[in-house]
Amino acid sequence: MEWFAGIGRHSLGKLAAIGRALFVLTGALVAKPSLKHVPLTIKQIYVVGVQSLAIIIVSGAFIGMVLALQAYTVLVDYGAEESLGPMVALSLLRELGPVVTALLFAGRAGSALTAEIGLMKATEQLTSLEMMAVDPLRRIIAPRLWAGIISMPLLALIFSAIGILGGQAVGVDWLGVDAGSYWSVMQAAVDFDDDVMNGVIKSVVFAFVVTWIAVFKGYDSIPTSEGISQATTQTVVYASLAVLGLDFILTALMFGTH
Amino acid sequence: MMNSRKVEILVGLFVVLALASLAMLAMKVANQGISGNGETYELKAKFDNIGGLKVRSPVKVGGVVVGRVGAIDLDAKDFTPVVTLVISENYKGFPETSSVSILTSGLLGEQYLGLQPGFSFEGIDTLKAGDFIEDTKSALVLEDLIGQFLFSRNND
Amino acid sequence: MQDLVRIENMSFSRGERPIYHNISLSIPQGKTTAIMGPSGIGKTTLLKLIGGQLRPQEGDILYKNESIPKMKRGRLFEVRQQMSMLFQSGALFTDMTVFENVAFPLREHTKLSESLIRAVVLMKLQSVGLRGAAQMMPSELSGGMARRAALARAIALDPELIMYDEPFAGQDPISMGVIVKLIKELNDAMNLTSVVVTHDVAEVMSIADYVYILADKRVIGEGTPEQIRDHDSELVQQFLCGQADGPVPFHYPAKSLEQDFLGSR
Repeated sequence: MEWFAGIGRHSLGKLAAIGRALFVLTGALVAKPSLKHVPLTIKQIYVVGVQSLAIIIVSGAFIGMVLALQAYTVLVDYGAEESLGPMVALSLLRELGPVVTALLFAGRAGSALTAEIGLMKATEQLTSLEMMAVDPLRRIIAPRLWAGIISMPLLALIFSAIGILGGQAVGVDWLGVDAGSYWSVMQAAVDFDDDVMNGVIKSVVFAFVVTWIAVFKGYDSIPTSEGISQATTQTVVYASLAVLGLDFILTALMFGTH
Repeated sequence: MMNSRKVEILVGLFVVLALASLAMLAMKVANQGISGNGETYELKAKFDNIGGLKVRSPVKVGGVVVGRVGAIDLDAKDFTPVVTLVISENYKGFPETSSVSILTSGLLGEQYLGLQPGFSFEGIDTLKAGDFIEDTKSALVLEDLIGQFLFSRNND
Repeated sequence: MQDLVRIENMSFSRGERPIYHNISLSIPQGKTTAIMGPSGIGKTTLLKLIGGQLRPQEGDILYKNESIPKMKRGRLFEVRQQMSMLFQSGALFTDMTVFENVAFPLREHTKLSESLIRAVVLMKLQSVGLRGAAQMMPSELSGGMARRAALARAIALDPELIMYDEPFAGQDPISMGVIVKLIKELNDAMNLTSVVVTHDVAEVMSIADYVYILADKRVIGEGTPEQIRDHDSELVQQFLCGQADGPVPFHYPAKSLEQDFLGSR
């Protein structure tokens, strides 16, 4: 009996958390956007986007290079080195660009968002905003949420572009695949709507979920040092799992049928 | 904290960098997909066997891509495959006598539709949107080829 | 004398744990009211109830005869612009300078020009003696200075009611004296209504016009400082004099000594 009660209590707790998360989301997004908050959002794009640029560029370059190296060793056995271009480009645009960007973003910017908001809560800054008749959901949460949703697709585009250039550096300049065929076979195989735009759509979905989890975990954290460190860990774990799970669903919907 | 002007400039550069990436992906990496940008019209063709033809396979005239396969269906009455060709408006006025065949690029490459424009005389209309191309050649299926080969050897 | 805030038969519990049971108190306009009590009694909770951040389970809280728990969110935000609260930690926004912190409520709630905002901010900082620290970041301030900066921010919009949450806690004697002086001055100069929640008896008795002592989920004593000093309740006297043992026992409720040391082994 106790066992069933445990399950029940646990499920109710989770349901309540989902309810609070939806409340945070609607409170932040449904409210009419105010022009006053545009500069705040720009500042947050700087914090979550521009400051993540270095890690995105470096990771993109290395992943493109490794991809080219690995693909080459397999493709060369079948005399199909020309397919290196599409191999690298499609892997990056459809999967690795959006997914790896989202994972890095969760680790780099998501955890920072959670910790920042959690600390604001612990130092009573959020309560003091409430008492100043300023809604913290609109003043603090909304700009961060928008900044994440705007930044991550941009980061993913940069990631893919840099990765393809990295693939070229290894494949063409080092392993000696013909530059013309690298690009032209790639062009023949990659479709703008199906591949580039679907990647961007994935990225927007991931951005939404990761940033939502990050700001909610911060807002809902227990305002103590353990509470915040736990919330930060949970942000990275939940966001990463959500990204990987959603990626499967989105891939099945976008590319699964043909 | 940095002053807001510097932040704005850096965010601006970030957005520009992302747009440049998008431009590169659009221009250099992806084909300027004929579906999507630009006006198109549709032609249809019936085949006995489409082999490995897929939706989005290219339609070529003498090696030049003029369109893509838009859809592949099975005719409900006579159970033959019907392929819808989506052709760019830039390439129109193919004569009615044109033929279309399923070809393979290279030995193991992907399959595509080869459109062979027919001769146009007086009294021969051009193909309009929705028209069927009557003259079609099906895909070569390896098993059929081998079978034919063995059959013709037995006749000797 | 008119009451700015009136609490009527209010009960509040957090989860299973009751914090207040059927308490009533009133806060007269233009006066300094002190609310004292042992720590952990939920004094901060009381301020949050007045600010409408928490809702009581029973009873009512009236601000200018308008029920705070029954207010819609929009109306509550309007009313909160007339209130202000000084948090124990100061709760300054750590990513802004002191100047921007004080300017914050002005920028959020008024459409004043930049030069006017500057004038108001410097005036408020002057009144707490921190005009020279305008461009410093909160992390560069000492605890006492941070609290004074927060006070400048709290009075930026010229509120009618200001609530101080443990303003003296953890301050050295000099900053304590400064804050006592500021609370007194602000109250007299701006005709503010002040609510001071604290357990520092001596400081608050010197400035309060009326005192409530809370313990055990209810009001155990009230009156002017003089009345409180002569109060006949043992509990009140224990609290005022800081005796270690009395009605509030030194020992947290526990099993008997015999049981704990010798018993279940």
